Amino acid sequence: MTASPETRTRIVWDYAPAPESADHIRLKDRYGLFVDGEFKDPAGGRYEPTINPATEEPIAEIAWAGSGDIESAVESARTAQPKWASLKPLERAKYLFRVARLIQERSRELAVVETMDGGKPLRESRDVDIPLAAAHFFHYAGWADKLRYGVNAREVAPLGVVGQIVPWNFPLLMAAWKLAPALACGNTAILKPAETTPLTALLLAEICQEAEVPRGVVAILPGDGATGAALVRAPGIDKVAFTGSTAVGRDIQSALAGTGTSLTLELGGKSANIVFEDAALDQAVEGIVNGIFFNQGHVCCAGSRLLIQESVRDEVIAKLWQRMRLLRVGDPLDKNTDVGAINSAEQLERIEVLVAAGESEGATRRTIECELPDRGYWFAPTLFTDVSPAHRIAVEEIFGPVVSVLTFRTQAEAIEKANNSRYGLAAGIWTDKGAKAFEVASALQAGVVWQNTYNHFDPTAAFGGYKESGFGREGGPAGLRPYLQVIR
Amino acid sequence: VTQRLTVRKTYKLWIGGAFVRSESGRYDEVGGFNFPRASRKDVRDAVAAARKAAKPWAARTAYNRGQILYRAAEALESSRARFADGDEVDAAVDVLLHYAGWTDKLHAVLGGVNPVAAPFLSFSLPEPTGVVGVVAPDAPPLLGLVAELAPVLAAGNVAVAILSEAEPLPGLDLAEALGVSDVPAGVVNLLSGRRQELAKALGGHRDLNAIVDAAGDAELATELDKLAAETIKRTRHSGAATSYEDATDDAVERLNVVTELKTAWHPVGA
Repeated sequence: MTASPETRTRIVWDYAPAPESADHIRLKDRYGLFVDGEFKDPAGGRYEPTINPATEEPIAEIAWAGSGDIESAVESARTAQPKWASLKPLERAKYLFRVARLIQERSRELAVVETMDGGKPLRESRDVDIPLAAAHFFHYAGWADKLRYGVNAREVAPLGVVGQIVPWNFPLLMAAWKLAPALACGNTAILKPAETTPLTALLLAEICQEAEVPRGVVAILPGDGATGAALVRAPGIDKVAFTGSTAVGRDIQSALAGTGTSLTLELGGKSANIVFEDAALDQAVEGIVNGIFFNQGHVCCAGSRLLIQESVRDEVIAKLWQRMRLLRVGDPLDKNTDVGAINSAEQLERIEVLVAAGESEGATRRTIECELPDRGYWFAPTLFTDVSPAHRIAVEEIFGPVVSVLTFRTQAEAIEKANNSRYGLAAGIWTDKGAKAFEVASALQAGVVWQNTYNHFDPTAAFGGYKESGFGREGGPAGLRPYLQVIR
Repeated sequence: VTQRLTVRKTYKLWIGGAFVRSESGRYDEVGGFNFPRASRKDVRDAVAAARKAAKPWAARTAYNRGQILYRAAEALESSRARFADGDEVDAAVDVLLHYAGWTDKLHAVLGGVNPVAAPFLSFSLPEPTGVVGVVAPDAPPLLGLVAELAPVLAAGNVAVAILSEAEPLPGLDLAEALGVSDVPAGVVNLLSGRRQELAKALGGHRDLNAIVDAAGDAELATELDKLAAETIKRTRHSGAATSYEDATDDAVERLNVVTELKTAWHPVGA
């Protein structure tokens, strides 16, 4: 006799702890700014601790850059840029190939540090973040001597010095998305990692040293929002690339008004994940879980609005809830962990505020029961039903492990509801009908549409948003365009 | 012998396929002709008409859009006599032809199949961004407008354009040429009036997806950028196109700024 799903969840799946060892990690106590090929003390002398959100323990002291540091980084980047751009393209490529290889070589160390600094499960940093970061460098290295084919131009030139700001949800991966195309195109780059997750970017700086990337080609300037605001406004920056919230993106676009500085923005989302009645429902449930609980829901394209066709609503919710209760929340370094720590106290508070708004506006909340560690920042996977399209939890980006369920009757209604958002980053479609999937995919206003999968990324495939999710694309040949000018 | 009195033309705005006076009742005068001085309300009406036309225009086949733009070129060629500057008309017709040919080719140039390292058919295709605001330069009044309009339409967008302030009549005449072509109602909306007033109303409209500005006014460009930031609009600023080459050499960039690249992942196998 086969066990019913209900019986199966009553079985206690007791895993022995399987922590990844961190004893091979040799972090310095202090990391300076990476400017002109060296680690340097910040001019203002400011060092701030970066903490492990799973333990609230400090990991290392990190230099924060001020405006003087930005100035010297720009100067160094400007000096290095013409030389870097005039390297024989294949030679420029070789540096990036080296970086890709070194990321692969140091992948275990990078994965552990990523998990310690940001709270994401090791399974994800090991299997997704680090391999994809290496793949991005490898992909764009190969573009360095083929640029004009990528943008269909007779001749191209780099833009100059680029300022890049990355978020804390995929720290090394986002750094790779930014740096690899910028450098391949012959620009030099100044990258600001997020204030809560600077470590892997600094390890990437070490990798640049090890790869003998010329001085000034890459600078890493940690800091908070003030550092970022100063960087995008700094004289001598020819292009700004930002990944983060729509509010900050709007500030940057406004600050650059009239300056002619080139800009690309990869901003927030409230992506719809649409389950049709003809979908393979067990597979869809796995996809829903991956869509919203991957990286604690700290994903700009997270499938945070779950649209279920009414005829299968109860069945999907029942299966989803069963599945959610099996999620293992806890020590991010444990190889069995599915949901790690929330990245910071501030982010935890934002999630709590929006979840409270969901309850007070009348949605029904279900949060899985699980033991959470005493220290650190945690939020257990949460499901909201009885959500109306006007509720804050259906409109605003929560950026946490919280999914809001809405329903629809017809395909047309699904499309209308999915598109009813100021965002347009991604969407998921669950159906086994090919023609329907293509039709719905083409009607959705979203930069990425996944059929029967979710949160799948590849360096060859463009990523970026419609509407207030930003403009410009990263990945593939489209990812070169923001870093090049076409010469006629 | 009594001399025949000419029948003078009443110039009108073109909104949602209809030739209308400004709702404000205001007018300005150029070269002995009165023309409507559009208001912010006219801008809103034009954006609403454009939004209504956006989906059906985007849903037409690329081949059909190409034929409609070709037909627009035909209509402009045959109304050559309306315009003072014949050379400018020639260039504008050629620009329309050039972009008529782009409708079914920009996908191959801007998009493609992504060789992803997983069992999926992944492809990226350009789609129209939606409703695009066009700020035409003062001169050349016809070619400068068509150079901005044609790529917007070829990429499947609809447009609300603010005509040359100094010489609005060629733009209003273009409306009459397009009005007898097959361009569907609302796909192109043309407004004459004071650029400052109208461009700001257009740039600040929350249901506009992009602004293409060739007015060559740095202060206005800064203001439009600031307004654009409110809803993360795509923007492009450039000088006026004064030749066929100006309007077509950077065709890929002109098309790119008003398209959204969509990446789709479809499973291969189980």
